[in-house]
Amino acid sequence: MGGNGMSAQTDPRHLPEHPDWLWRNPDPKPSYDAIVIGGGGHGIATAYYLAKNHGMTNVAVLEKGWLAGGNMARNTTIIRSNYLWDESAGIYEFALKLWEQLPAELDYDFLFSQRGVLNLAHTLQDVRESTRRVNANRLNGVDAEWLDTDEVAKICPILNVSPDIRYPVLGATFQPRAGIAKHDHVAWAFARAADRLGVDFIQNCEVTGFLKDGARVVGVETSRGPISAGVVGMAAAGHSSVLAERAGFRLPIQSHPLQALVSELYEPVHPTVVMSNHVHVYVSQAHKGELVMGAGVDSYNGYGQRGSFHVIEHQMAAAVELFPIFARAHVLRTWGGIVDVSPDASPIIGQTPVENLYVNCGWGTGGFKATPSAGWTMAHTMATGQPHPLNAPFALERFATGALIDEHGAAAVAH
Amino acid sequence: MLLLTCPWCGPRDETEFHYGGQAHVAYPATPADLPDQEWAEYLFYRDNAKGAFAERWVHSTGCRRWFNAVRDTVTYDVLAVYKPTDPRPDAAMAGTSPETSS
Ligand SMILES: Cc1cc2nc3c(=O)[nH]c(=O)nc-3n(C[C@H](O)[C@H](O)[C@H](O)COP(=O)(O)OP(=O)(O)OC[C@H]3O[C@@H](n4cnc5c(N)ncnc54)[C@H](O)[C@@H]3O)c2cc1C
Ligand SMILES: [Zn+2]
Repeated sequence: MGGNGMSAQTDPRHLPEHPDWLWRNPDPKPSYDAIVIGGGGHGIATAYYLAKNHGMTNVAVLEKGWLAGGNMARNTTIIRSNYLWDESAGIYEFALKLWEQLPAELDYDFLFSQRGVLNLAHTLQDVRESTRRVNANRLNGVDAEWLDTDEVAKICPILNVSPDIRYPVLGATFQPRAGIAKHDHVAWAFARAADRLGVDFIQNCEVTGFLKDGARVVGVETSRGPISAGVVGMAAAGHSSVLAERAGFRLPIQSHPLQALVSELYEPVHPTVVMSNHVHVYVSQAHKGELVMGAGVDSYNGYGQRGSFHVIEHQMAAAVELFPIFARAHVLRTWGGIVDVSPDASPIIGQTPVENLYVNCGWGTGGFKATPSAGWTMAHTMATGQPHPLNAPFALERFATGALIDEHGAAAVAH
Repeated sequence: MLLLTCPWCGPRDETEFHYGGQAHVAYPATPADLPDQEWAEYLFYRDNAKGAFAERWVHSTGCRRWFNAVRDTVTYDVLAVYKPTDPRPDAAMAGTSPETSS
């Protein structure tokens, strides 16, 4: 659908009901063909595509807490594919195409709303980088436009485009097919479909160690006993390093707190998604009416699922400068997740030094949008032992070969 | 917000500091002979401890000097601060500190 405005099929007053259990809650079997560690969006999608694309149905997802209670429950749900490099355009645009068909495929309306994303430019350097990215996107078949200040104001009238503010809006990139979706419902939609194909979702089951036969992984130790497996995939986001250490290898990942917040419910005032890397804030309005705002990561390493308050203050200052009408809005709640930041702001998906053990991590602040393609390519890698062409460039080896995929410009604090 | 104690200036708000990541990462002794994987380790791989972690901070808006801290990455308690020339304090790395009471 594209353009601005709320998506037509979506009446904000009629969210889907909270589902009854959409999946069984089985006890673990002694053995599976494939085990996925981590029941966030990526783990659930991996299991779904293992079953659907590769006919592997003797599969378990092991989640230490409850299903999709990690970053999947905490993100600000922005979906877009306007990254700079070819490799990124490949994997993020593939995800966006999957998003466009998933509500029908999974038979579940998770309120995917293609309301467009504006990435603001506030400095001359921002403008140069943004126009470069628009051109790169177009060459890769990703919808992208460069808008001047007046055009930005037409798409998002509540944005302060005065030239007199500290960081005036000099223009923006716009991706009309980008948008938001209901994260919890995305997870539940995938989980229901995977469960129907036979996947076991096992909650309250923490992986505490790995069973090995020489250099090969043959199963996992868990808080609910040992489970053997043909192949094992890690999709543990912020806890990837902890798991890798248990498996005997290292990852170039640092875990940081990342915070977000919502306001009270308001009438629809914000028709699109606005992101600003330069002043560190991004804002959309959820279907129910909350303003959803995200900040940058806290600078320090942390596993506490909370960050420092000054990061929120900074984010609010930026939000109020860009959207003066938010000055009287009340914050309803703030929260934090633990994000797995990689050196080049790109994910790591592929083989590990341990045979039959695969990893999907490093999505940092921006992996929700890639849930479908992360699952698709991880499933391919686990089922065939070889990377899919879309994730081959994202192998762990790139840090030794030097073939980094530097997306700090398109990812950075933003999502 | 963290309360960090600069070894030279005393306790100050986190906003006066910048983070420097893992402490005690030595420059390779024989860089010309280093294989690619070891360069990768030096450049890109850092410990990502869940628990006590020795890390660097710089007091940017104060004395502008670097120092090290041992901080618990789950509770965020600062277990020790020490000068870059001091060794990593074993007691703090074990998760306890004789100097702080948090
Ligand atoms: C505040 C915030 C805002 C964000 N905004 C956006 C956004 O707008 N757009 C976007 O694209 N991305 C965004 N992200 C990033 C996105 O949420 C993550 O990249 C993505 O959710 C990671 O994949 P996941 O869903 O599988 O992670 P998670 O949901 O974190 O799943 C990992 C799971 O592994 C489990 N686990 C860990 N260790 C073990 C173990 N030993 N045994 C068993 N289970 C284990 C955890 O409990 C967890 O459930 C945001 C993140 C945060 C925190
Ligand atoms: Zn000082």
